[in-house]
Amino acid sequence: MNSGHKLRMVLLGAMFGTAASMSIANAAEPPLKVGLLEDVSGDLAFMGMPKLHGSQLAVEEINKSGGILGRQIELIHLDPQGDNARYQEFGRRLLNRDKVDVLIGGITSASREALRPIVDRTTTPYFYTNQYEGGVCDASMISMGAVPEQQFSTLIPWMVEKFGKKVYVIAADYNFGQISAEWNRKIMKELGGEVVGEEFIPLGVSQFAQTIQNIQKAKPDWLLTINVGAAQDSFFEQAAAANLNLPMGSSIKVMLGFEHKRFKPPALNNMHATANWFEEIDTPEATEFKKRWHAKFPDELYINDMGYNAYNALYMYKALVEKAKSIKLEDMRKVIATGDACIDAPEGKVCIDPKSQHTSHRMRLISVGPKHEVKVEKDYGTIQPYWLGEIGCDLTKKNDKDQYTPSHLPKKS
Amino acid sequence: MSAEVFSLFYQFADVFAFLILSAAGLAIVFGMMGVINMAHGEFIMCGAYVTVGLVNLGVPLAIAQMLAAVTAGLIGVLVEFLVVRRFYKRPLDSLLATWGLSLIVTQSMLLIVGSAVRGIGTPEGSFAIGGYTFSTYRLVLFGCAVAVLAGLYTIFMKTRFGVIARATMQNAAMAKALGARTGRIYAISFGIGTGLAGLCGALYAPTMTLIPTMGATFVVESFVTVVIGGANVLLGTAPAAVFLAMIRMALNASYGQIIGQIGMLVAVILIIRVLPEGLSSVLVRRGR
Repeated sequence: MNSGHKLRMVLLGAMFGTAASMSIANAAEPPLKVGLLEDVSGDLAFMGMPKLHGSQLAVEEINKSGGILGRQIELIHLDPQGDNARYQEFGRRLLNRDKVDVLIGGITSASREALRPIVDRTTTPYFYTNQYEGGVCDASMISMGAVPEQQFSTLIPWMVEKFGKKVYVIAADYNFGQISAEWNRKIMKELGGEVVGEEFIPLGVSQFAQTIQNIQKAKPDWLLTINVGAAQDSFFEQAAAANLNLPMGSSIKVMLGFEHKRFKPPALNNMHATANWFEEIDTPEATEFKKRWHAKFPDELYINDMGYNAYNALYMYKALVEKAKSIKLEDMRKVIATGDACIDAPEGKVCIDPKSQHTSHRMRLISVGPKHEVKVEKDYGTIQPYWLGEIGCDLTKKNDKDQYTPSHLPKKS
Repeated sequence: MSAEVFSLFYQFADVFAFLILSAAGLAIVFGMMGVINMAHGEFIMCGAYVTVGLVNLGVPLAIAQMLAAVTAGLIGVLVEFLVVRRFYKRPLDSLLATWGLSLIVTQSMLLIVGSAVRGIGTPEGSFAIGGYTFSTYRLVLFGCAVAVLAGLYTIFMKTRFGVIARATMQNAAMAKALGARTGRIYAISFGIGTGLAGLCGALYAPTMTLIPTMGATFVVESFVTVVIGGANVLLGTAPAAVFLAMIRMALNASYGQIIGQIGMLVAVILIIRVLPEGLSSVLVRRGR
């Protein structure tokens, strides 16, 4: 054996050695498991698909830039197909069998409420990434989307001032629609307005000739449309065909359901919504974000707000874990309690409110024109999710595990 | 006053058209042939997607709708030949087979076409009576529903094919012995049924959101209409739709959509309890 050969053997051995030690290091640092429950089939698939895409984009970016605390992220996505029983089954599977480090997802408020008791029995953090009817005071849940004090307390006074005091409500008949309608009643009362009609519609109903006539009979100044799902969205087409021609306001249309992209103009003409994100935002940060998204998903019809919030959720998780230097919920909540849980999102800086664990947002009021062009009518700046804190929810002191509404407030202790 | 009367008629016509158009195809496939076609909604979806696809290619709406119905009919003949044919003696298994087909089709559409398709918009046209405005297209739908009923009656009661088809459905072996080509009769009847389902999708395509699971919104109404119509579908389906449309229209108007839907289904339960053979059993007895 000559010396050259020996040297090579040594080098080879050294290489094997480092490879072995590297794999030991990897074994000591397994990837962080992120459980994701989003509908990518069923009636809500068109909204759920961008949520899956947003999560995939964030995971890819975070992994490329070194992961979280040096650990890679592994995304485990299951498709509950819009079925609340399946949300529970898959939630248990992710939490108990796959032992995910964090759970993200849920579209309807019904699915979130189905999931929450299961999450509450574990110590796993849960991110809900939709705008919703607000009020959940639960230490296990971090809400990334906008809530009524950000959406309705801005939109409804504006609509009343601009179009008049009489509103007619069409709402999906489940907790989201019912509680949102309650918010509308409360705010309209404070404004001295009148709710001239309220109609709750079962999910899956697609025919609205009667509703359109009820509206014409009640003669409102504007409509609050909080109907949900592809079937109920047919309302817009049928109302336009019947020449209903009323101004509309909503907390979920345009930026969430991108009806202005799915329907032929002018079906969505004169629709108004308050949003923290819509694809038409053209700040440099937003443009950069949209470019990355469309590069990865060129066929995306629209980057909706829940897809955007789902993307932010992973960065918020990263920020919390890295500030806490721990993946434990209690350590992450210590960071939230300092009020310093913030990320620089494409909409601007957003922070988690310590009392309610909901997110502050920069809110804009947008309107849709006859050619379905989107215009910003008013910029409200950053609005805090203040309502839960005001009524007495303080998660830094007490975990209520409850959902409050204007008619269901915490008991004074 | 006349505005209120017309509005009641318009609402009735609207529900009636929805029930007839969604049930007509199923009346043949399930009511006459006895195939529990769980993929009925998917043939409706097929009609809607073909219509929108053709309109986007520049084909005029009415022609696109006819072509869509024909496409759904041809696919129906193919499905009959490949799948349904094997299940005439096993009706409960036909339920499973067509349900499986429905799952495969919706999921494939989701993967191939995507979760949402841009709509084509309802044809222009609305008119005002009193304080109300109405969409003209909804009356076109009512006209189509009446035409479908008339067409079905003519085909199955007045033509040679209709006589042979009814004979085949009643007693296939005897019809065969008398020289009817029963295999072909079954295939054509199934094709007419799915073609009508396609027509339903084609007619409602401009007024709805197109998603792969859109057929589901039609399926409940179509099955209850056929079931309470009873064994004699040509006599039963129309009165069943009139009856259900009256109930639903009245409840919708006074109590809203939830009560309207609940009320209609309660009425269905009562009818099945009182008249297990459906409405047509009463009519046939009267006729005798």
